[in-house]
Amino acid sequence: MSQTFTIDGRVIPFEIGQTVMQAASQAGIYIPHLCYHPAFKPNGSCKLCTVKVNGRQSASCTLRAQSGMVVESDTEEINAERRTLTQMLFVEGNHFCPSCEKSGHCQLQATAYHLGMMSPHFDHFFPDRAVDASHPDILLDFNRCILCSLCVQASREVDKKQVFALSGRGIGTHLIVNARSGRLADTDFSLADKAAQVCPVGVILKKRTGFAVPIGQRTYDQQPISAPGKVAEEIRHD
Amino acid sequence: MIEPRKKIKVATTSLAGCFGCHMSLLDIDQRLFTLLEHIEFDRSPLTDIKNCSPDCDIGIVEGGLCNTENIHVLREFRRNCKILIALGACAINGGLPAQRNHWPLAVLLEEVYHTSPGPANGMIPNDPELPLPLDRVHPIHEVVHVDYAIPGCPPSGDAIWKVLTDLLAGREPELGHGLLHYD
Repeated sequence: MSQTFTIDGRVIPFEIGQTVMQAASQAGIYIPHLCYHPAFKPNGSCKLCTVKVNGRQSASCTLRAQSGMVVESDTEEINAERRTLTQMLFVEGNHFCPSCEKSGHCQLQATAYHLGMMSPHFDHFFPDRAVDASHPDILLDFNRCILCSLCVQASREVDKKQVFALSGRGIGTHLIVNARSGRLADTDFSLADKAAQVCPVGVILKKRTGFAVPIGQRTYDQQPISAPGKVAEEIRHD
Repeated sequence: MIEPRKKIKVATTSLAGCFGCHMSLLDIDQRLFTLLEHIEFDRSPLTDIKNCSPDCDIGIVEGGLCNTENIHVLREFRRNCKILIALGACAINGGLPAQRNHWPLAVLLEEVYHTSPGPANGMIPNDPELPLPLDRVHPIHEVVHVDYAIPGCPPSGDAIWKVLTDLLAGREPELGHGLLHYD
């Protein structure tokens, strides 16, 4: 007999070693997340998937499920905190959705829709960030980076290339390209790399494909991100 | 005799925007007639009234802040409108105009007016009547309190209709899937 815990009163079965996020996903329950990807070890950095477990908050992507846990996820209190985190991500970068090729396919945007984010609320940083168009097939727009580090993990663990890394500390943390010049063209990065397909926002973009799908027909125009399997489908889309 | 109900007074303006949000307001189409049973327009590009009446119920602001006149108008709206709504991407996060924020203003003026082919014989306009440009474009909530926002570039007529009718019915406005768009 499998062990169980509850999320918002619903009984969730799990296997020993699974995280709350894994068990919830398996049961078809959507917990908002940005840095979590089922193919990679969770790093718990975005904190969007924070839930309340037995009254204490924890990132559900790193928390091992235990029998009898009482997990609260889809509550107004927790969603309000997730909304605040999402607003912070928007103002810390330059997220101009109407001019972004990823709009409609973007997990940050779709998560904000899910959380009912009507405005960024905070003052905008409008940071100065570069665009790297040096690579023949791929454009890097660092303006949209949310430091999820999925590209770092994918490049290191799957592609065995270490093309990306996070550099700096605190608010100065930023994504860098591992080449003496700092340019993507001076790496062995390729469109076929896993790292080219995992970006949840519009940083790593395939050239000459932008805006191919009209507004209204894009991934999250069709169904919200909370629809079963939607995030996995989005990743395939790229 | 029953007195006719007082209509809700709505003022609208476009600051650093493209008027696309006002076009969407017109996209409410025939339902505008229903709306006009409940509201009347005060200051607006639709009426060409130049200043807000002091008793406006709802102010709708399209566009961000790129010059001193934008700030002046925005403050007039905040002063005279009980409820202020940020309409569209530019009012909410600066939108397209805010994408100039990465460059110093002097560089932009040089680029626009001193690069051939350019207007005004290469002179940067300096008439004292012209509002001074801000060094950066700002969304409106960075200057005044904003009560509600309708995202989109532009928001659809349906989204504007939904928020206005929610407010008229005394409900908290809510845009569900399909109406909530940032693009």
